[in-house]
Amino acid sequence: MSPLLEARGIGKTYGSVIALRDVSTVVNAGEVTCVLGDNGAGKSTLIKVLAGVHRHDSGELLVGGSAVTFSSPREALDQGIATVYQDLAVVPLMSVWRNFFLGSEPTVGFGPFRFLDRKQGRRVTRTALADMGIDLRDVEQPVGTLSGGERQCVAIARAVHFGAKVLILDEPTAALGVKQAGVVLKYVAQARDRGLGVVLITHNPHHAYPVGDRFLLLKRGRALGTYEKSQISLEELTRQMAGGAELEALAHELRGADE
Amino acid sequence: MTSRSDTPELSALPDDRVGSARLLDRLVLRPEIGALLGAVLVFAFFSVATERFLSTGGVATWLDDASTLGIMAVAVALLMIGGEFDLSAGVMTASTALVTAILATRLGWNVWLALLASLAFALAVGALNGWLVLRTGLPSFIVTLGTFLALQGLNLGVTRLVTGSVQVSGMRSADGYSSAGYLFASTFTLGGTAFYVSILWWVLVTVVAATVLLRTRFGNWIFAVGGSPLSSRAVGVPVLRTKVLLFMTTAGAAWLVGSINILRFTSVQANQGIGLEFQYIIAAVIGGCLLTGGFGSAVGAAIGALIFGMARQGIVYANWNSDWFQLFLGVMLLAAVLVNNALRRRAERVRR
Repeated sequence: MSPLLEARGIGKTYGSVIALRDVSTVVNAGEVTCVLGDNGAGKSTLIKVLAGVHRHDSGELLVGGSAVTFSSPREALDQGIATVYQDLAVVPLMSVWRNFFLGSEPTVGFGPFRFLDRKQGRRVTRTALADMGIDLRDVEQPVGTLSGGERQCVAIARAVHFGAKVLILDEPTAALGVKQAGVVLKYVAQARDRGLGVVLITHNPHHAYPVGDRFLLLKRGRALGTYEKSQISLEELTRQMAGGAELEALAHELRGADE
Repeated sequence: MTSRSDTPELSALPDDRVGSARLLDRLVLRPEIGALLGAVLVFAFFSVATERFLSTGGVATWLDDASTLGIMAVAVALLMIGGEFDLSAGVMTASTALVTAILATRLGWNVWLALLASLAFALAVGALNGWLVLRTGLPSFIVTLGTFLALQGLNLGVTRLVTGSVQVSGMRSADGYSSAGYLFASTFTLGGTAFYVSILWWVLVTVVAATVLLRTRFGNWIFAVGGSPLSSRAVGVPVLRTKVLLFMTTAGAAWLVGSINILRFTSVQANQGIGLEFQYIIAAVIGGCLLTGGFGSAVGAAIGALIFGMARQGIVYANWNSDWFQLFLGVMLLAAVLVNNALRRRAERVRR
């Protein structure tokens, strides 16, 4: 069976800046592919290509085995690829259910008399959130009143509900405390168990390792390596993330200065 | 009005963690609450302070004063909720009236045809406003300031070129004046007093706008593109189309007001409408719209216009100098912004 989403030698340049060069990875159903890298490593560029925000310049993007080029996030969405961004996942002043259905609102009636089905919207939002284990007291409250973790969860539940096959999460745990991050990771695992292919972008190997099945390490726009979980330990992943050999050399240098 | 009637539906979904604070919190979440309180206060004050304010003639006068302002305030409120401004809205009411008048009186067009032409003109300018704002990414404040100045110049220049003066008159003798006048500028009698039909237009515009805003997908998108254009785009909301349509709606409302004016007064000054754009924005802000977009109410903007009309006429009835109206306006605006700010903070803080 072909993977849900596959990148083969993807490259992207912004003018003379090479943001991404020859990066390959696969996303399988029911698995979590983690993309790790420091700031400026090309993580954001990669997900923007996968999400349809930017077009790739070289390489191939395959959805279910056939090559595609997205010209808008809507097209990616129509192919079942949903993206949850770290800071722009929701509209804070709008209510939870209006956010949940934004862009895919349920309506009743026909022609010019098509109105929002608000009852349905509220009911479905409540049950969809409950199915993911998110217990909100009131779906009519503005999303801005929720905590950062809860907002991520609403966005994840939304993607799952609207039949996403691939869920791309951009640093979902970056701005969160330890406990909140744990909650979000729980929902990531839950989305995976429901058979979605998840792409988790993070710079924290401690968040990636427990839920990840495959790890793609990026550095300065290039793939530093792709590992199955069985091929790499958390210590090694952390070491590679932190700069690996470079860091050892630096440590050596610093020690040398002490003596 | 068409405010959301959430209470009965929600009571069917009881939740033991929701205490009795809900009704208050729910009310506080309504953006038009501040304006409603203000309107009640202004109404009560002038009802007590003056004799004529409550007479049917008085009511007809301040409702009429509020009506054309209200039509524009409601359209401007939708645009502001969508996160944009239109400074050309005031001058546009004169531009559309001038186009109609010049076509009907100088070129001998039927009034209905002239009205259609000026509507097309208004929608084109509105679309241009929106397209420029979204294509350039510049603040709508600057772009529409440009349109405002350009239209102001066009109004004067073209009018002087065509008529040799700065006004166009003589609508009464144009073909189709009486039927068009019936629709836009007639009166209806209620309790022995004549009310202008513009009041009905105002109510109609408000009801349609409030319904679209709260009950349709497009309304949901208006809140979304004003609240966070990037998030909206990411979930597939057509941001450009939504905003361009909002600019066109504002221009269309300006056409309606321009048509009401030209058919009622049968003449139009080329320098009309200047400065009104701020009154529209003030009424919308009093009605609960945030200057930053994403929050507000059509009904609130209509109430904001009502406060305007009541105060402007009330001051006349009280035999005060109308200079005091500006002071009242300034105080009212500041109070509204402060109240709205406080209410919104509360709304965002409330965690039920």
